[in-house]
Amino acid sequence: MNDLLEVDGIETVFRTERGEVTSVDGVSFRLKAGETLGIVGESGCGKSVTSLSIMRLLGKNGSIRKGEIRLNGRSITGLAESAMRRIRGSEVSMIFQDPMTSLNPVYTIGSQLTESIALHLKLKGKEARKHAVDMLRKVGISRPEEIMNEYPHKLSGGMRQRVMIAIALSCKPKLLIADEPTTALDVTIQAQILDLMKKLREETGTAIMLITHDLGVVAEMADRVIVMYAGQVVEEADVFTLFDKPLHPYTIGLMGSIPHLDADDEEALSSIPGTVPPLQNMPPGCRFHTRCPLANEKCAAERPPLMELAPGHQVRCWAAQSDIGSAAPYAALNLETRGATT
Amino acid sequence: MIEFDELPIKAPLPETASTLLQLDNLKTYYPIRKGLLARTKGYVKAVDGVSLDIREGETLGLVGESGCGKSTIGRTILRLEESTGGAIRYRGENITSYPIAKMRPLRTEMQMIFQDPFSSLNPWMRVKDILKEPMLAHGKATNATAEAEVDRLLDAVGIPRSYKDRFAHEFSGGQRQRIGIARALSLNPKFIVCDEPVSALDVSIQAQVLNLLKELQKELGLTYLFIAHGLGAVKYISTRIAVMYLGKVVEIGTRDEIFRSPKHPYTRVLLNAYPVPNPHLRGREKIVVQGDVPSPANPPSGCRFHTRCPFVQERCRVEEPMLAAEGSGGHAAACHFAL
Repeated sequence: MNDLLEVDGIETVFRTERGEVTSVDGVSFRLKAGETLGIVGESGCGKSVTSLSIMRLLGKNGSIRKGEIRLNGRSITGLAESAMRRIRGSEVSMIFQDPMTSLNPVYTIGSQLTESIALHLKLKGKEARKHAVDMLRKVGISRPEEIMNEYPHKLSGGMRQRVMIAIALSCKPKLLIADEPTTALDVTIQAQILDLMKKLREETGTAIMLITHDLGVVAEMADRVIVMYAGQVVEEADVFTLFDKPLHPYTIGLMGSIPHLDADDEEALSSIPGTVPPLQNMPPGCRFHTRCPLANEKCAAERPPLMELAPGHQVRCWAAQSDIGSAAPYAALNLETRGATT
Repeated sequence: MIEFDELPIKAPLPETASTLLQLDNLKTYYPIRKGLLARTKGYVKAVDGVSLDIREGETLGLVGESGCGKSTIGRTILRLEESTGGAIRYRGENITSYPIAKMRPLRTEMQMIFQDPFSSLNPWMRVKDILKEPMLAHGKATNATAEAEVDRLLDAVGIPRSYKDRFAHEFSGGQRQRIGIARALSLNPKFIVCDEPVSALDVSIQAQVLNLLKELQKELGLTYLFIAHGLGAVKYISTRIAVMYLGKVVEIGTRDEIFRSPKHPYTRVLLNAYPVPNPHLRGREKIVVQGDVPSPANPPSGCRFHTRCPFVQERCRVEEPMLAAEGSGGHAAACHFAL
């Protein structure tokens, strides 16, 4: 059986005034039906552009230069825009970070919901409306009939995100791409939305691609995780392996940077020194070597490939390769990075 | 003008040397104006009767969700917003209605670090001028002596001295936040309001800035009011923590008290709702509250949390619970059924 989604070495570039910029550089992954894949990384690492490449929502300056994306075994990289439109919203749909701007302020909730229902499910009039009301009820909106006639500004952030989820799931997509779905929400509302996503995932069996910078959200939701840095995948593993035994120095640094609620130590947080290099000016060799405490000459000169160090656990790091299974160099890593500031 | 429904001020708390700043039933209301004549139709009670002590050398963490009034408290203390009622005492002196001229020397002691490192630095100024401006404005340095101070400040926040002729847009978010911190330090303040100083930054950069704030506090003996919605950062940096909901403090205690034995249901909900970066804990028992935060223009009767509280009783709907006097310095929660 084919995987639901296969992304094979895609390279996404944007034309800018200062020349071409490669935002996503050779990203590959698979997503099975019903699986939840977390994609984590910091601003500018290419996680959102990866998802926009799948939806082909790259604007007129962006394009996929290399690689292939297959949905249910069918390549969609070369599809015409009209064919993509049939896929968006029906087979693959997306929810965005900002529920304030992703709904159209001049249309009622009802008309925005029924639009995709009419387009993809070919339901009309009362039937479409009934389906829309059912969807609103499913995402936990009380008084759905009344909300159908309201405009987005009447709803709170949490309610709007529920409406977005209702729209996204209304045509029973196989894949839901959620780009930072709870980042703009307060923590109690975030808990509600994550709960809802889990419940709907169980009911519908939709696969989810969850893009976030929040390792807590990933730990809560994902089956498998991809860590991205500077346009590349640097580590991929199932969620338990990734949190229990991360192997890439960047992943380890990220984990060390989160203040844990249950930690009692007074120690300084470990932080990753420096900042992400600009896309126009990537260092040669490993892209993380300028910030990596384990870096040596090889890292500065040669670009490490993504290597499978254990079944299902892939890492893009020369140092990790030389010490399969040994945690020793990473203990040193943690000590060295502690308290680093610039 | 609004009626000041100030409660009669109780006997002042004993002036211990350690209290730097004291809020006594502080209120900040924003009028809601409507109609052609912009008549006041009501008030958004952003801060509605908050009493707190901030002790010298400590970090008081102030947490709560958007709209709970935490930022308004910070801004009211620095007189960036005018209070509607209550008192702000700095070193025992009531500064609530100090005129501008009298407030001015105090501003060197009380500074602020803002959330957004992009909009809080003037894009037309060089870093050295951003840092010099407060010193020159307050007559703390001359153009000649300020230059050396700029170097000292840049060293303190870990920005290379050679960058001082650059403009803010040439820096990353984390570096800009360092510059914002250097600016706040330029007048040798005693007290700094940190208003969500790391919320806009990436995780790895947040850790850098939190570590820096902690180091500076140790070196310079600073007192912080640290406002945030991220519990992780607050836990990491705070000595004591106050939890706010709809304009009121619902619980206050030491960091360990708040995190280990929270008394107020809202605090428990907040701690519980926070996604833990440990996949082994995903099956844990969770209290998810329903609904949204009510509007601060029209807060619920009785306990303000009663509309969402999983443990609500009849009494909560009618009678407002009080926060036990904070003067005792203890762990207090405004709940009839506090744990």
